[in-house]
Amino acid sequence: MTSKLQISLVAGILIVLGLGLTLYKKVELGFPLLPGQRQSVWTLESKISLKPVAGPIEISLALPENLAGWVVLDDHFASSGFDFTVMESDGRRHARWTRESLERSTTLYYKLQAYRADEFDLGGSPVPEIMPPELTADRQAAMERVVATLRESTSDAAGFTRLLLQQFVHDEMSQDAIFLFGSREESKLGVVMDVLAFADIPAQRVRGVFLESGRRRQSIDSLIEVFDGRRWHIFDPNTGLLGMPENFFVWQRGGESILDVVGGSSSRLEFAIVKNTLPIKTVLFMEQQAGEQPLLDFSIYSLPVEQQGVFKGLLLIPVGALVVVLLRVLVGIRTSGTFMPILIALAFIQTTLITGLFIFLTVVGAGLWIRYYLSHLNLLLVARITAVVIVVIFIMAALSIVSYKFGFDQVLTVTFLPTIILAWTIERMSILWEEEGGHEVLIQGGGSLLAAILAYLLMSTALIEHLTFNFPELMISLLGVVLLIGKYSGYRLSELYRFRDLGRHDQ
Amino acid sequence: MRWKTPRELRELGVLGMNSRNIDYIGRTNDRSRYPLVDNKLKTKQVAQQQGIAVPELFGVVRIQHEVQGLETILQGLDTFVIKPAQGSGGKGILVISGRRGDDFIKSTGAVLNFRDVKRHASNILSGLYSLGGRPDVAMIEDMIDFDETLSNYSHEGVPDIRVIVYRGFPVMSMMRCATHASDGKANLHQGAVGVGLDIVTGHSLYAVQNNQKVEQHPDTGFRFDELELPHWDEVLQLAAGCFEMTELGYFGADIVLDRNKGPMILELNARPGLAIQIANQVGLQKRLRMIDDMRAIERDVEERISLAKQMFGVTLV
Repeated sequence: MTSKLQISLVAGILIVLGLGLTLYKKVELGFPLLPGQRQSVWTLESKISLKPVAGPIEISLALPENLAGWVVLDDHFASSGFDFTVMESDGRRHARWTRESLERSTTLYYKLQAYRADEFDLGGSPVPEIMPPELTADRQAAMERVVATLRESTSDAAGFTRLLLQQFVHDEMSQDAIFLFGSREESKLGVVMDVLAFADIPAQRVRGVFLESGRRRQSIDSLIEVFDGRRWHIFDPNTGLLGMPENFFVWQRGGESILDVVGGSSSRLEFAIVKNTLPIKTVLFMEQQAGEQPLLDFSIYSLPVEQQGVFKGLLLIPVGALVVVLLRVLVGIRTSGTFMPILIALAFIQTTLITGLFIFLTVVGAGLWIRYYLSHLNLLLVARITAVVIVVIFIMAALSIVSYKFGFDQVLTVTFLPTIILAWTIERMSILWEEEGGHEVLIQGGGSLLAAILAYLLMSTALIEHLTFNFPELMISLLGVVLLIGKYSGYRLSELYRFRDLGRHDQ
Repeated sequence: MRWKTPRELRELGVLGMNSRNIDYIGRTNDRSRYPLVDNKLKTKQVAQQQGIAVPELFGVVRIQHEVQGLETILQGLDTFVIKPAQGSGGKGILVISGRRGDDFIKSTGAVLNFRDVKRHASNILSGLYSLGGRPDVAMIEDMIDFDETLSNYSHEGVPDIRVIVYRGFPVMSMMRCATHASDGKANLHQGAVGVGLDIVTGHSLYAVQNNQKVEQHPDTGFRFDELELPHWDEVLQLAAGCFEMTELGYFGADIVLDRNKGPMILELNARPGLAIQIANQVGLQKRLRMIDDMRAIERDVEERISLAKQMFGVTLV
């Protein structure tokens, strides 16, 4: 069998296999092929880590309560050798892990998926009893003065809270307030609660998590809610603003705490967060089918959230690679480094296109200039590249700091650009410059950027993201296509131009 | 200017990059033979064994310590070239065309002292000029005294003849003339002039610079239609003879003409470019196919050359 026939056969089988699996999932299992109406589904993986102290151990975790329009789709517990129960008391659900004894530090997992079906307010809630704080004499005096000053400017509870928080956020506190906030071991939020209680304003904490996709170690945050006699007002103590932040997943309203550990120390509650913009229908479907369909049991959905997030990015790489292969083999665009454009495109996904381009050009431009100087010093290659790497990191740091000072937060994403790739790009470009001239640098650099931009545009398409994540078997087809391209011996688009004058002069 | 369609290119028998890589380099070149052509020192040593003319090797500096011994190698040499065995893009080639007292005179006229020459050799060893910065060795070889025919057609650089050899047949050839615009380099895409040469006679067929037909060398003013390479049969024999030496199915031989010693192999290239088709205004693939269509019997160099002349003489193709 000739190698051409062999490749065609293998490629054909791969393509048919991939498409067949996709079709099977679509027709038989009812997977939606199009992304449809998309909604952000957040997956939170809660990690409870703790060190044991001698004796029995009991861990209790308050479970989220579907508040403010948030709907928990699904949750899973990992109990690793603990006795586990979910209990309900006063309408609140608690997960409880117990164990007779524990030798070493351990981690418990609780994973949930949630989305915001509607943007409700929190609604009514029983008004908690006001418990005036117990204070020492000097703090008592300071507290009285702080409350009195605030009372002078405002009369209602919401206004009072806003003023208090704003002083706190904008660092415009009076001497008394500084004394109150600065001298106590407890959290600043505790002091705010104390002031509110002292001023006879009913208040409670709303605990939850600020959702930021890709975060690995997010912790619990609190909002503050005050009751003005008729309705509740909610404040974000980080900004001092009224109203519920959009990306705040409400875990618990009121209540004492989320995590209680008896018999352990150094306990911590952290969240890994991944956002999937998926149609809710798909997600519900996946979860419902996951246990029943063997095909799905081996899908990416069965992985832990953190890995799912990683794979979401990884699965896009073949698409970018396909773009590069097509551009190089069929079009004949020259890129510097075979797969450098993909890495740049992946970085663009984090930075967004325009910012990414700006940062890339700035760093590479500045790097080239410095590399030009280094080339006069006749350094050995490894030392020279290392020097360029260090310089690139300096440039990145400088860019971040300067832009941050000027208020362009976007540029902070510079860290997503792979440093080593930048350094290599600079090195290759400068060698190219010396050997082949600036013209070639423009051609190859431009080619690389073009490939990166095209790959980015494709990789950031909703449909492609949906297909690669939900139908990873399409990768098999892609492999077949790439094998076929590898055997393409026809002309490149660029050659139609390159040889345009051939045989025309003779006549 | 209108672009070509793939069909037109096929009719012209133009060889594309993908086809070159898959059908010729990939199919007929054994990877294990690459080091022989990529390393100029190995090429030279094997060529000498097989009696193929190359510029004479005076000595090799392999380790930094040997740089001290450079003086013995250079003793009594007025003209010589120091170059890296695995240099890329013509980098790191130092041409000394004379001596004045203890000093050396570069071909450009600049004066160097012995320390500069030693430093250059040392830089070569540390990989300053080789691809990827690999440690390299420095070769000291005879300076080529360019034949007048060639030097008339080159500005500042090394004029050379490129012959594409397929399965031992010289298939197509061109002369590459450095120009001021190409900065002394012989690469066509950098602005050097490519002159297609008739396989039968070594007479020029067509000259092209930046894809445009040219009549005369832009710097020296010599007309290309008067160019006829001397020692043409020797050039073909040298190029075709490298097939036995390299066992590569498809390669390009770069040949220079010395005033006294005649044609010599300068280096071999296992991945020769496609620009030669523009210089000849003829597609390569047509000719390669003709050779593929021939019965695969062993032929000696003379036989291959006379067959090639029959097939690829400009009057016939």
